Amino acid sequence: MISLTPEQLLFLLRGFGWTVVLSLLAFAGGGLLGFVLALARVYAPAPVRMGTMLYIKLIQGTPLLILLFLAYFGLPALGVVVDPLVAAGIGLSIYVSAYLGEIWRGSLEAVPRTQEEAALCLALTWRQRLVHVVLPQAAKIATPPTVGFMVQIVKNTSLASAIGFVEMARAGQMINNATFRPLVVFVLIAALYFALCYPLSVWSRHLERRFDVAHR
Amino acid sequence: MSPIVEVEAVSKRFGTASVLDGVSFVVEPGSVVAVIGRSGSGKSTALRCINRLETIDAGRIRVCGHDLTAPGLDVGQLHRDVGIVFQSYNLFPHLTAEQNVMLAPRLVLGLPRDRQRELAAAVLAQVGLADKAQAYPSQLSGGQQQRVAIARSLAMKPQLMLFDEITSALDPELTGEVLRVIEGLARDGMTMLLVTHEMAFARKVADHVMFMHRGRVWEEGPAAVLDAPQTDELRQFLGSGL
Repeated sequence: MISLTPEQLLFLLRGFGWTVVLSLLAFAGGGLLGFVLALARVYAPAPVRMGTMLYIKLIQGTPLLILLFLAYFGLPALGVVVDPLVAAGIGLSIYVSAYLGEIWRGSLEAVPRTQEEAALCLALTWRQRLVHVVLPQAAKIATPPTVGFMVQIVKNTSLASAIGFVEMARAGQMINNATFRPLVVFVLIAALYFALCYPLSVWSRHLERRFDVAHR
Repeated sequence: MSPIVEVEAVSKRFGTASVLDGVSFVVEPGSVVAVIGRSGSGKSTALRCINRLETIDAGRIRVCGHDLTAPGLDVGQLHRDVGIVFQSYNLFPHLTAEQNVMLAPRLVLGLPRDRQRELAAAVLAQVGLADKAQAYPSQLSGGQQQRVAIARSLAMKPQLMLFDEITSALDPELTGEVLRVIEGLARDGMTMLLVTHEMAFARKVADHVMFMHRGRVWEEGPAAVLDAPQTDELRQFLGSGL
Protein backbone atom coordinates (compact mmCIF):
# COMPACT_ATOMS: atom_id res chain seq x y z
CA MET A 1 0.00 0.00 0.00
CA ILE A 2 1.01 3.63 -0.57
CA SER A 3 3.91 4.69 1.62
CA LEU A 4 3.49 1.96 4.22
CA THR A 5 6.25 -0.57 4.68
CA PRO A 6 5.45 -4.28 4.74
CA GLU A 7 6.36 -4.27 8.45
CA GLN A 8 3.85 -1.53 9.15
CA LEU A 9 1.18 -3.34 7.16
CA LEU A 10 1.87 -6.54 9.05
CA PHE A 11 1.62 -4.62 12.33
CA LEU A 12 -1.76 -3.28 11.23
CA LEU A 13 -2.96 -6.74 10.28
CA ARG A 14 -1.89 -8.06 13.66
CA GLY A 15 -4.02 -5.30 15.20
CA PHE A 16 -6.87 -6.39 12.94
CA GLY A 17 -6.45 -9.92 14.29
CA TRP A 18 -6.61 -8.71 17.89
CA THR A 19 -9.74 -6.73 17.11
CA VAL A 20 -11.34 -9.95 15.87
CA VAL A 21 -10.15 -11.86 18.95
CA LEU A 22 -11.43 -9.15 21.28
CA SER A 23 -14.79 -9.05 19.48
CA LEU A 24 -15.18 -12.81 19.80
CA LEU A 25 -14.18 -12.70 23.47
CA ALA A 26 -16.66 -9.93 24.16
CA PHE A 27 -19.44 -11.70 22.30
CA ALA A 28 -18.75 -15.07 23.94
CA GLY A 29 -18.38 -13.68 27.47
CA GLY A 30 -21.16 -11.13 27.09
CA GLY A 31 -23.40 -13.65 25.37
CA LEU A 32 -22.98 -16.25 28.10
CA LEU A 33 -23.63 -13.73 30.87
CA GLY A 34 -26.39 -12.03 28.85
CA PHE A 35 -28.18 -15.32 28.35
CA VAL A 36 -28.20 -15.98 32.08
CA LEU A 37 -29.40 -12.41 32.67
CA ALA A 38 -32.21 -12.79 30.14
CA LEU A 39 -33.38 -16.05 31.71
CA ALA A 40 -33.21 -14.49 35.17
CA ARG A 41 -35.19 -11.47 34.01
CA VAL A 42 -38.00 -13.70 32.70
CA TYR A 43 -38.06 -16.78 34.92
CA ALA A 44 -36.34 -16.02 38.24
CA PRO A 45 -38.17 -15.12 41.46
CA ALA A 46 -38.96 -11.44 41.97
CA PRO A 47 -35.88 -10.42 44.04
CA VAL A 48 -33.49 -11.93 41.49
CA ARG A 49 -35.43 -10.30 38.65
CA MET A 50 -35.08 -6.94 40.40
CA GLY A 51 -31.37 -7.45 41.00
CA THR A 52 -30.84 -8.36 37.36
CA MET A 53 -32.74 -5.31 36.21
CA LEU A 54 -30.63 -3.07 38.44
CA TYR A 55 -27.42 -4.59 37.05
CA ILE A 56 -28.60 -4.00 33.50
CA LYS A 57 -29.64 -0.38 34.18
CA LEU A 58 -26.35 0.27 35.98
CA ILE A 59 -24.17 -1.10 33.18
CA GLN A 60 -26.21 0.53 30.44
CA GLY A 61 -25.81 3.84 32.25
CA THR A 62 -22.03 3.55 32.47
CA PRO A 63 -19.66 4.46 29.60
CA LEU A 64 -17.74 1.50 28.22
CA LEU A 65 -14.51 3.46 28.71
CA ILE A 66 -15.16 3.61 32.47
CA LEU A 67 -15.88 -0.14 32.55
CA LEU A 68 -12.55 -0.74 30.81
CA PHE A 69 -10.73 1.55 33.27
CA LEU A 70 -12.41 -0.25 36.16
CA ALA A 71 -11.30 -3.61 34.82
CA TYR A 72 -7.74 -2.53 34.04
CA PHE A 73 -6.98 -0.21 36.96
CA GLY A 74 -9.68 -1.25 39.44
CA LEU A 75 -9.02 -4.99 39.55
CA PRO A 76 -5.28 -4.59 40.39
CA ALA A 77 -6.35 -2.28 43.24
CA LEU A 78 -8.29 -5.27 44.57
CA GLY A 79 -5.20 -7.40 44.23
CA VAL A 80 -6.09 -9.06 40.92
CA VAL A 81 -3.46 -8.31 38.32
CA VAL A 82 -4.78 -8.46 34.76
CA ASP A 83 -3.08 -7.84 31.45
CA PRO A 84 -4.76 -5.51 28.95
CA LEU A 85 -6.34 -8.34 26.92
CA VAL A 86 -8.00 -9.88 29.97
CA ALA A 87 -9.09 -6.48 31.29
CA ALA A 88 -10.55 -5.53 27.90
CA GLY A 89 -12.26 -8.92 27.66
CA ILE A 90 -13.84 -8.49 31.09
CA GLY A 91 -14.90 -4.88 30.55
CA LEU A 92 -16.39 -5.57 27.13
CA SER A 93 -18.12 -8.76 28.30
CA ILE A 94 -19.86 -6.93 31.13
CA TYR A 95 -20.87 -4.13 28.79
CA VAL A 96 -22.17 -6.54 26.13
CA SER A 97 -24.00 -8.71 28.68
CA ALA A 98 -26.27 -5.85 29.73
CA TYR A 99 -27.35 -5.16 26.15
CA LEU A 100 -27.69 -8.76 24.97
CA GLY A 101 -29.52 -9.55 28.23
CA GLU A 102 -32.12 -6.92 27.38
CA ILE A 103 -32.38 -7.90 23.70
CA TRP A 104 -32.85 -11.55 24.60
CA ARG A 105 -35.28 -10.83 27.43
CA GLY A 106 -37.47 -9.03 24.90
CA SER A 107 -37.16 -11.96 22.51
CA LEU A 108 -38.14 -14.48 25.19
CA GLU A 109 -41.13 -12.37 26.16
CA ALA A 110 -42.18 -11.97 22.54
CA VAL A 111 -42.92 -15.70 22.30
CA PRO A 112 -46.63 -15.98 23.15
CA ARG A 113 -47.32 -17.34 26.66
CA THR A 114 -49.77 -19.79 25.10
CA GLN A 115 -46.83 -21.59 23.48
CA GLU A 116 -45.37 -22.46 26.85
CA GLU A 117 -48.82 -23.33 28.13
CA ALA A 118 -49.38 -25.77 25.28
CA ALA A 119 -45.99 -27.37 25.99
CA LEU A 120 -46.78 -27.55 29.71
CA CYS A 121 -50.03 -29.35 28.91
CA LEU A 122 -48.03 -31.92 26.93
CA ALA A 123 -46.12 -32.67 30.15
CA LEU A 124 -42.84 -31.11 29.00
CA THR A 125 -40.57 -30.03 31.86
CA TRP A 126 -39.49 -26.39 32.21
CA ARG A 127 -36.16 -27.18 30.57
CA GLN A 128 -37.81 -29.01 27.67
CA ARG A 129 -40.30 -26.19 27.18
CA LEU A 130 -37.44 -23.71 27.11
CA VAL A 131 -35.13 -25.68 24.81
CA HIS A 132 -37.66 -27.11 22.36
CA VAL A 133 -40.46 -24.56 22.28
CA VAL A 134 -39.48 -21.13 23.57
CA LEU A 135 -35.80 -20.76 22.59
CA PRO A 136 -36.17 -21.74 18.90
CA GLN A 137 -38.87 -19.12 18.49
CA ALA A 138 -37.04 -16.53 20.59
CA ALA A 139 -33.85 -17.13 18.58
CA LYS A 140 -35.62 -16.19 15.39
CA ILE A 141 -36.83 -12.95 16.93
CA ALA A 142 -33.43 -12.24 18.51
CA THR A 143 -31.20 -12.83 15.50
CA PRO A 144 -31.47 -9.53 13.62
CA PRO A 145 -30.95 -7.29 16.69
CA THR A 146 -28.20 -9.59 18.01
CA VAL A 147 -26.17 -9.55 14.83
CA GLY A 148 -26.86 -5.83 14.58
CA PHE A 149 -25.41 -5.42 18.05
CA MET A 150 -22.35 -7.49 17.08
CA VAL A 151 -21.49 -4.65 14.72
CA GLN A 152 -21.49 -2.33 17.74
CA ILE A 153 -19.22 -4.73 19.62
CA VAL A 154 -16.66 -4.81 16.82
CA LYS A 155 -16.55 -1.03 16.66
CA ASN A 156 -16.46 -0.62 20.44
CA THR A 157 -13.39 -2.82 20.81
CA SER A 158 -11.45 0.23 19.58
CA LEU A 159 -11.88 1.71 23.07
CA ALA A 160 -9.55 -0.98 24.40
CA SER A 161 -6.75 1.14 22.93
CA ALA A 162 -7.29 3.45 25.92
CA ILE A 163 -5.97 0.83 28.32
CA GLY A 164 -2.94 0.15 26.16
CA PHE A 165 -4.21 -2.86 24.29
CA VAL A 166 -2.87 -2.84 20.74
CA GLU A 167 -5.86 -3.69 18.62
CA MET A 168 -6.51 -2.19 15.20
CA ALA A 169 -7.24 1.42 16.22
CA ARG A 170 -4.20 1.58 18.53
CA ALA A 171 -2.02 -0.03 15.86
CA GLY A 172 -3.21 2.64 13.43
CA GLN A 173 -2.38 5.42 15.88
CA MET A 174 1.09 4.05 16.41
CA ILE A 175 1.78 3.80 12.69
CA ASN A 176 0.41 7.27 12.15
CA ASN A 177 2.77 8.59 14.83
CA ALA A 178 5.64 7.10 12.89
CA THR A 179 4.55 7.98 9.35
CA PHE A 180 2.47 11.17 9.73
CA ARG A 181 0.08 9.98 7.06
CA PRO A 182 -3.23 10.13 8.94
CA LEU A 183 -5.44 10.06 5.87
CA VAL A 184 -3.88 6.91 4.45
CA VAL A 185 -3.67 5.14 7.80
CA PHE A 186 -7.11 5.95 9.13
CA VAL A 187 -8.94 5.42 5.85
CA LEU A 188 -7.30 2.03 5.75
CA ILE A 189 -8.39 1.36 9.36
CA ALA A 190 -11.94 2.46 8.57
CA ALA A 191 -11.99 0.15 5.55
CA LEU A 192 -10.85 -2.77 7.69
CA TYR A 193 -13.59 -2.12 10.27
CA PHE A 194 -16.07 -1.91 7.43
CA ALA A 195 -14.79 -5.23 6.08
CA LEU A 196 -15.61 -6.78 9.45
CA CYS A 197 -18.96 -5.14 10.04
CA TYR A 198 -20.57 -5.16 6.62
CA PRO A 199 -20.60 -8.98 6.27
CA LEU A 200 -22.25 -9.15 9.70
CA SER A 201 -25.09 -6.91 8.51
CA VAL A 202 -25.46 -8.95 5.33
CA TRP A 203 -25.50 -12.13 7.38
CA SER A 204 -28.16 -10.69 9.67
CA ARG A 205 -30.42 -9.92 6.71
CA HIS A 206 -29.78 -13.37 5.25
CA LEU A 207 -30.72 -15.09 8.52
CA GLU A 208 -33.85 -12.99 8.77
CA ARG A 209 -34.95 -14.13 5.33
CA ARG A 210 -34.07 -17.78 5.96
CA PHE A 211 -36.02 -17.92 9.22
CA ASP A 212 -38.88 -16.16 7.53
CA VAL A 213 -39.08 -18.78 4.79
CA ALA A 214 -38.86 -21.64 7.29
CA HIS A 215 -41.90 -20.29 9.08
CA ARG A 216 -44.10 -19.65 6.09
CA MET B 1 -65.73 -47.57 37.90
CA SER B 2 -64.99 -44.30 39.66
CA PRO B 3 -65.42 -41.04 37.75
CA ILE B 4 -62.50 -39.66 35.73
CA VAL B 5 -63.21 -36.15 36.93
CA GLU B 6 -64.74 -35.23 40.28
CA VAL B 7 -65.19 -31.54 40.97
CA GLU B 8 -66.50 -30.73 44.44
CA ALA B 9 -67.68 -27.30 45.56
CA VAL B 10 -64.91 -25.50 43.70
CA SER B 11 -64.60 -21.76 44.01
CA LYS B 12 -62.18 -19.47 42.27
CA ARG B 13 -61.84 -15.73 42.17
CA PHE B 14 -59.78 -13.36 40.08
CA GLY B 15 -59.22 -10.42 42.41
CA THR B 16 -62.66 -9.49 43.65
CA ALA B 17 -64.53 -11.18 40.81
CA SER B 18 -65.89 -14.61 41.65
CA VAL B 19 -65.48 -16.80 38.57
CA LEU B 20 -66.43 -20.16 40.01
CA ASP B 21 -68.87 -20.25 42.89
CA GLY B 22 -69.27 -23.72 44.36
CA VAL B 23 -69.07 -25.76 41.17
CA SER B 24 -69.57 -29.52 41.44
CA PHE B 25 -69.82 -32.15 38.72
CA VAL B 26 -68.44 -35.50 37.67
CA VAL B 27 -67.33 -36.95 34.35
CA GLU B 28 -67.74 -40.73 34.02
CA PRO B 29 -65.26 -42.79 31.98
CA GLY B 30 -66.21 -42.95 28.33
CA SER B 31 -68.72 -40.14 28.54
CA VAL B 32 -68.84 -36.91 26.58
CA VAL B 33 -69.80 -33.88 28.62
CA ALA B 34 -70.58 -30.57 26.93
CA VAL B 35 -70.29 -27.35 28.91
CA ILE B 36 -72.34 -24.47 27.57
CA GLY B 37 -72.97 -20.96 28.77
CA ARG B 38 -72.37 -17.32 28.03
CA SER B 39 -68.94 -15.71 27.92
CA GLY B 40 -67.81 -15.08 31.47
CA SER B 41 -69.96 -17.83 32.95
CA GLY B 42 -66.83 -19.62 34.15
CA LYS B 43 -66.91 -22.57 31.76
CA SER B 44 -63.40 -22.12 30.35
CA THR B 45 -62.01 -21.46 33.81
CA ALA B 46 -63.60 -24.66 35.08
CA LEU B 47 -61.95 -26.54 32.23
CA ARG B 48 -58.56 -24.95 32.89
CA CYS B 49 -58.78 -25.82 36.59
CA ILE B 50 -59.08 -29.48 35.68
CA ASN B 51 -55.56 -29.66 34.28
CA ARG B 52 -54.27 -27.11 36.75
CA LEU B 53 -53.67 -24.25 34.35
CA GLU B 54 -55.57 -22.36 37.04
CA THR B 55 -55.42 -23.04 40.76
CA ILE B 56 -58.56 -23.03 42.88
CA ASP B 57 -59.37 -21.13 46.06
CA ALA B 58 -61.72 -23.66 47.65
CA GLY B 59 -63.10 -27.12 47.03
CA ARG B 60 -61.57 -30.30 45.66
CA ILE B 61 -60.79 -31.68 42.23
CA ARG B 62 -59.80 -35.25 41.46
CA VAL B 63 -58.73 -36.06 37.92
CA CYS B 64 -57.61 -39.51 36.74
CA GLY B 65 -56.72 -40.41 40.31
CA HIS B 66 -54.79 -37.19 40.98
CA ASP B 67 -55.89 -34.99 43.85
CA LEU B 68 -55.21 -31.53 42.43
CA THR B 69 -55.09 -29.85 45.83
CA ALA B 70 -52.74 -32.42 47.38
CA PRO B 71 -49.25 -31.06 48.14
CA GLY B 72 -47.48 -33.97 46.46
CA LEU B 73 -49.32 -33.64 43.14
CA ASP B 74 -47.34 -34.95 40.17
CA VAL B 75 -48.22 -32.26 37.62
CA GLY B 76 -46.23 -33.97 34.89
CA GLN B 77 -48.21 -37.19 35.27
CA LEU B 78 -51.46 -35.20 35.39
CA HIS B 79 -50.57 -33.61 32.05
CA ARG B 80 -49.75 -37.01 30.59
CA ASP B 81 -53.18 -38.27 31.60
CA VAL B 82 -55.14 -35.21 30.48
CA GLY B 83 -54.95 -33.72 26.98
CA ILE B 84 -56.22 -30.25 26.14
CA VAL B 85 -56.95 -28.47 22.87
CA PHE B 86 -57.26 -24.70 22.81
CA GLN B 87 -59.34 -22.26 20.82
CA SER B 88 -56.21 -20.76 19.25
CA TYR B 89 -54.61 -24.16 18.38
CA ASN B 90 -51.23 -23.15 19.87
CA LEU B 91 -49.25 -25.36 17.51
CA PHE B 92 -45.50 -24.84 17.61
CA PRO B 93 -44.86 -22.72 14.50
CA HIS B 94 -41.21 -23.78 14.10
CA LEU B 95 -42.09 -27.47 13.81
CA THR B 96 -43.89 -29.44 11.10
CA ALA B 97 -47.19 -31.16 11.83
CA GLU B 98 -45.33 -34.41 12.39
CA GLN B 99 -42.74 -32.79 14.65
CA ASN B 100 -45.50 -31.09 16.63
CA VAL B 101 -47.08 -34.46 17.23
CA MET B 102 -43.80 -36.28 17.99
CA LEU B 103 -42.34 -33.73 20.40
CA ALA B 104 -43.99 -34.92 23.62
CA PRO B 105 -43.74 -38.66 22.82
CA ARG B 106 -40.04 -38.09 22.16
CA LEU B 107 -39.23 -35.91 25.18
CA VAL B 108 -41.73 -37.12 27.76
CA LEU B 109 -42.26 -40.77 26.86
CA GLY B 110 -38.78 -41.27 25.42
CA LEU B 111 -40.02 -43.31 22.46
CA PRO B 112 -37.42 -44.36 19.87
CA ARG B 113 -37.43 -42.56 16.54
CA ASP B 114 -39.35 -45.17 14.52
CA ARG B 115 -42.04 -45.53 17.19
CA GLN B 116 -42.45 -41.74 17.22
CA ARG B 117 -43.00 -41.74 13.47
CA GLU B 118 -45.47 -44.62 13.60
CA LEU B 119 -47.38 -42.89 16.35
CA ALA B 120 -47.40 -39.57 14.48
CA ALA B 121 -48.60 -41.27 11.30
CA ALA B 122 -51.37 -43.04 13.22
CA VAL B 123 -52.76 -39.99 15.02
CA LEU B 124 -52.45 -37.75 11.95
CA ALA B 125 -54.40 -40.37 9.99
CA GLN B 126 -56.97 -40.42 12.76
CA VAL B 127 -57.63 -36.71 12.21
CA GLY B 128 -57.51 -37.10 8.43
CA LEU B 129 -54.18 -35.35 7.86
CA ALA B 130 -51.82 -38.19 6.95
CA ASP B 131 -50.73 -36.24 3.87
CA LYS B 132 -49.85 -33.08 5.82
CA ALA B 133 -47.16 -34.54 8.07
CA GLN B 134 -44.42 -32.38 6.57
CA ALA B 135 -46.42 -29.14 6.47
CA TYR B 136 -45.68 -26.26 8.84
CA PRO B 137 -48.65 -24.83 10.77
CA SER B 138 -48.59 -21.67 8.65
CA GLN B 139 -49.15 -23.81 5.55
CA LEU B 140 -52.35 -25.28 6.99
CA SER B 141 -55.87 -23.92 7.26
CA GLY B 142 -57.37 -23.18 10.66
CA GLY B 143 -59.34 -26.40 10.62
CA GLN B 144 -56.26 -28.40 9.69
CA GLN B 145 -54.20 -26.71 12.38
CA GLN B 146 -56.85 -27.52 14.95
CA ARG B 147 -56.88 -31.15 13.85
CA VAL B 148 -53.07 -31.32 14.19
CA ALA B 149 -53.50 -29.90 17.70
CA ILE B 150 -55.96 -32.68 18.48
CA ALA B 151 -53.55 -35.27 17.06
CA ARG B 152 -50.74 -33.78 19.16
CA SER B 153 -52.78 -34.36 22.31
CA LEU B 154 -53.91 -37.83 21.24
CA ALA B 155 -50.31 -38.91 20.72
CA MET B 156 -49.87 -38.88 24.51
CA LYS B 157 -52.71 -41.39 24.83
CA PRO B 158 -54.57 -39.36 27.44
CA GLN B 159 -57.38 -40.80 29.55
CA LEU B 160 -59.30 -37.55 29.28
CA MET B 161 -59.48 -34.89 26.60
CA LEU B 162 -60.45 -31.30 27.31
CA PHE B 163 -61.62 -29.05 24.46
CA ASP B 164 -61.80 -25.33 25.09
CA GLU B 165 -64.07 -23.74 22.45
CA ILE B 166 -61.99 -25.34 19.76
CA THR B 167 -64.18 -24.27 16.85
CA SER B 168 -64.76 -20.69 17.95
CA ALA B 169 -61.95 -19.31 15.81
CA LEU B 170 -62.98 -21.27 12.70
CA ASP B 171 -65.15 -20.46 9.70
CA PRO B 172 -68.39 -22.44 9.62
CA GLU B 173 -67.18 -24.64 6.77
CA LEU B 174 -64.02 -25.54 8.71
CA THR B 175 -65.93 -26.23 11.92
CA GLY B 176 -67.48 -29.37 10.46
CA GLU B 177 -64.17 -31.11 9.78
CA VAL B 178 -63.04 -30.57 13.36
CA LEU B 179 -66.34 -31.70 14.86
CA ARG B 180 -66.24 -34.88 12.78
CA VAL B 181 -62.91 -35.73 14.42
CA ILE B 182 -64.51 -35.27 17.86
CA GLU B 183 -67.42 -37.49 16.84
CA GLY B 184 -64.93 -40.16 15.83
CA LEU B 185 -63.24 -39.91 19.24
CA ALA B 186 -66.61 -40.20 20.95
CA ARG B 187 -67.32 -43.38 19.00
CA ASP B 188 -63.96 -44.78 20.11
CA GLY B 189 -64.96 -44.24 23.71
CA MET B 190 -62.68 -41.31 24.58
CA THR B 191 -63.73 -39.45 27.73
CA MET B 192 -64.20 -35.82 26.79
CA LEU B 193 -65.16 -32.57 28.39
CA LEU B 194 -65.84 -29.86 25.90
CA VAL B 195 -66.70 -26.22 26.23
CA THR B 196 -68.65 -25.34 23.10
CA HIS B 197 -70.94 -22.88 21.42
CA GLU B 198 -72.19 -25.46 18.93
CA MET B 199 -75.58 -26.40 20.35
CA ALA B 200 -76.47 -28.76 17.54
CA PHE B 201 -73.19 -30.53 18.06
CA ALA B 202 -73.63 -30.74 21.84
CA ARG B 203 -77.06 -32.23 21.29
CA LYS B 204 -75.67 -34.80 18.90
CA VAL B 205 -72.47 -35.94 20.61
CA ALA B 206 -72.80 -35.19 24.32
CA ASP B 207 -74.12 -37.73 26.81
CA HIS B 208 -74.41 -35.01 29.36
CA VAL B 209 -74.86 -31.26 29.08
CA MET B 210 -73.91 -28.70 31.72
CA PHE B 211 -75.20 -25.14 31.51
CA MET B 212 -73.04 -22.74 33.49
CA HIS B 213 -74.24 -19.35 34.61
CA ARG B 214 -72.60 -16.88 36.99
CA GLY B 215 -69.90 -19.33 38.03
CA ARG B 216 -72.33 -22.12 38.89
CA VAL B 217 -73.64 -25.23 37.24
CA TRP B 218 -77.11 -23.81 36.66
CA GLU B 219 -78.72 -26.77 34.99
CA GLU B 220 -77.48 -30.15 33.82
CA GLY B 221 -78.64 -33.47 32.54
CA PRO B 222 -78.72 -35.62 29.43
CA ALA B 223 -78.62 -33.75 26.11
CA ALA B 224 -82.41 -33.65 26.25
CA VAL B 225 -82.22 -30.74 28.74
CA LEU B 226 -81.55 -28.58 25.72
CA ASP B 227 -85.00 -29.41 24.37
CA ALA B 228 -86.78 -28.89 27.67
CA PRO B 229 -84.90 -26.30 29.73
CA GLN B 230 -86.04 -26.02 33.34
CA THR B 231 -84.60 -22.60 34.14
CA ASP B 232 -85.34 -19.22 32.59
CA GLU B 233 -81.62 -18.59 32.18
CA LEU B 234 -81.07 -21.65 30.02
CA ARG B 235 -84.23 -20.92 28.06
CA GLN B 236 -82.97 -17.39 27.39
CA PHE B 237 -79.53 -18.65 26.49
CA LEU B 238 -80.92 -21.17 24.02
CA GLY B 239 -83.34 -18.60 22.67
CA SER B 240 -80.58 -16.11 21.96
CA GLY B 241 -79.75 -18.06 18.83
CA LEU B 242 -76.32 -19.32 19.80
